[in-house]
Amino acid sequence: MIEFINNYVIPGLVLGSIYALGAIGVSMIYSILRFAHFAHGDLMTLGAYIAFAVVVAFGWPPVAAMPLALVGTVAASLAIDRYAYKPFRKSRPIVVVIASFGVALMIRAAIMLIWGVQPEPYVEGINPPLESFEPFRIQEKHIVIVVVTVVLVTALHLLLTRTKIGKAMRAMSDDADLARVTGIGTERVIAWTWVVGAVLAAAAGILTGIDTLLKPYMGWDLLLPIFAAAILGGLGRPYGAILGGLVLGVIQELSSYPLLSDEPFISPGYKIGIAFAILVVMLIWRPQGLLRGRVL
Amino acid sequence: MEIGGLLLYLMALVTMGGIYAVMALGLNLNWGMTGLFNVGIAGFFAVGAYTSALLTTPPMLARSGADVGGLGLPIPLGWIVAPLLAAAVAWVVGRICLRLRSDYLAIATIGIAEILRLVALNEQKLTGGPFGIKSIPRPFETMDRPWGEIALMALVALLVFATYLFMERARNSPWGRVMRAIRDNETAAGAMGKDVEAFRLQAFVIGSAFMGLGGALTAHYLKVLTPEASEPLYATFLVWVMLIVGGSGNNKGAVLGAVLIWLLWTASELVTGALPTEWGVRIAYVKMFLVGLLLVVVLQVFPQGLLPERPPKLAGEAAPR
Repeated sequence: MIEFINNYVIPGLVLGSIYALGAIGVSMIYSILRFAHFAHGDLMTLGAYIAFAVVVAFGWPPVAAMPLALVGTVAASLAIDRYAYKPFRKSRPIVVVIASFGVALMIRAAIMLIWGVQPEPYVEGINPPLESFEPFRIQEKHIVIVVVTVVLVTALHLLLTRTKIGKAMRAMSDDADLARVTGIGTERVIAWTWVVGAVLAAAAGILTGIDTLLKPYMGWDLLLPIFAAAILGGLGRPYGAILGGLVLGVIQELSSYPLLSDEPFISPGYKIGIAFAILVVMLIWRPQGLLRGRVL
Repeated sequence: MEIGGLLLYLMALVTMGGIYAVMALGLNLNWGMTGLFNVGIAGFFAVGAYTSALLTTPPMLARSGADVGGLGLPIPLGWIVAPLLAAAVAWVVGRICLRLRSDYLAIATIGIAEILRLVALNEQKLTGGPFGIKSIPRPFETMDRPWGEIALMALVALLVFATYLFMERARNSPWGRVMRAIRDNETAAGAMGKDVEAFRLQAFVIGSAFMGLGGALTAHYLKVLTPEASEPLYATFLVWVMLIVGGSGNNKGAVLGAVLIWLLWTASELVTGALPTEWGVRIAYVKMFLVGLLLVVVLQVFPQGLLPERPPKLAGEAAPR
């Protein structure tokens, strides 16, 4: 049992936290700006590499570099929205989706141009499990990832429920026309959506880097699970995205449990296939997601 | 460069550009005519490429880690089965997503493309894994240089022309009219009694079949096939740029865009070849950046492309009564 928790549940929750952070952004952008943002994975990569630059320049630990990286990624996302997405506000939503693919390629190319393609760790060295949690194998990085996720999700909860802009965001996500009639400023809500999305994306990217290694394709590879998590939870439902992320993370890790024989049930090479399978099942069975999100 | 080398280079350019034109025409049926957002070109490309390669490669030669090896069947058979299998995959994807809004099709097609790339990478016994399949037969390769190259180029040109005629016929037919109606106003098309989902599925499946054919042609032309060939940048986004620059909705535009963008793409290699290696690697990223930039800028500045769409004349207009 303890081995089971160590090998499958803990990695699943860690992975799920990262998925959740990405999925919230995708889900909110979808419900407020009305398009599937395919550059979201690469926004995560960008955040991770900005933090890397700070770590290298100042010798800080990655968590300390996080605030600067979040600010940098927010600035980048606002600039991207201004120059790449805003001109399409009046056209068919699918045209913005094409533009978001273009942006994804541009971000990734810029990262490879600046930092190269070699996988890099934030900090060299091994990361032994902490003794105080025996017999559970919990490493310091696992705690960092879960704590950062909980802090950010709590902050998001407070923003959405206690502030005026948060309420405006929810209103616009529920019914954009009704929100506009009541005098909510569309562009201001959109800008805040990018702030939230970029902060969470950059954090997810940095946490992925802490968990494994920095790679230019790390965000692109996370894109499919993130969309699957957002759809699983229900598009436009931030809490659904958290649920979807955690459920997907745990299922993905459990998929390599040796259920029938000594071999993993599903080869680890196909972990991402689980995300796709769940996505397909949801599209057929319940496209509105677990928490009754939006279907467009 | 001496004249012979230049001619060979031009023939390679036309051959590969022609293969891209077949795929761009397929995408034009998906996106330009019907408004289906297919970003899984790489997936259908991979299905076609691996199918044809596995069917036609001689059993002994294919081995480079692959246990199954090829079946050594004739090449034309591969070129027929490859698009059929790509169409079958598209049918399954289409059945699931086409009733939902286009964003879902985008997510699902990109998903299937990634899964198929994983299959190509992981199923060593079948696909040779990261090493891929070698010694795929190329048509006319027994002929002397440059006649083999010329014959292949002519064959590809013929295929492009046939695809173009097929697509033009589709566009001018009542079927093409329904497609445009669905693209421009789905509700109205449905109200006229058209089965929107069935028509969309047809367009999606047929378009994807041509992407599969493009994959098969590429595998035989390059003679080696690795999972890298179905990297989304080359197999998906380059085709998108070609169609958008050429003019989506216009079949001539799709062909023009394919040849033009491929010319620019390869011409830059002549320049980078002269530079030190380290620069060459960096230029590859600059090119990737430019593909992304083109997607964003062309859509903003001239969304109609070089050759804008022209609706075909209606029968009533041609012969007024």
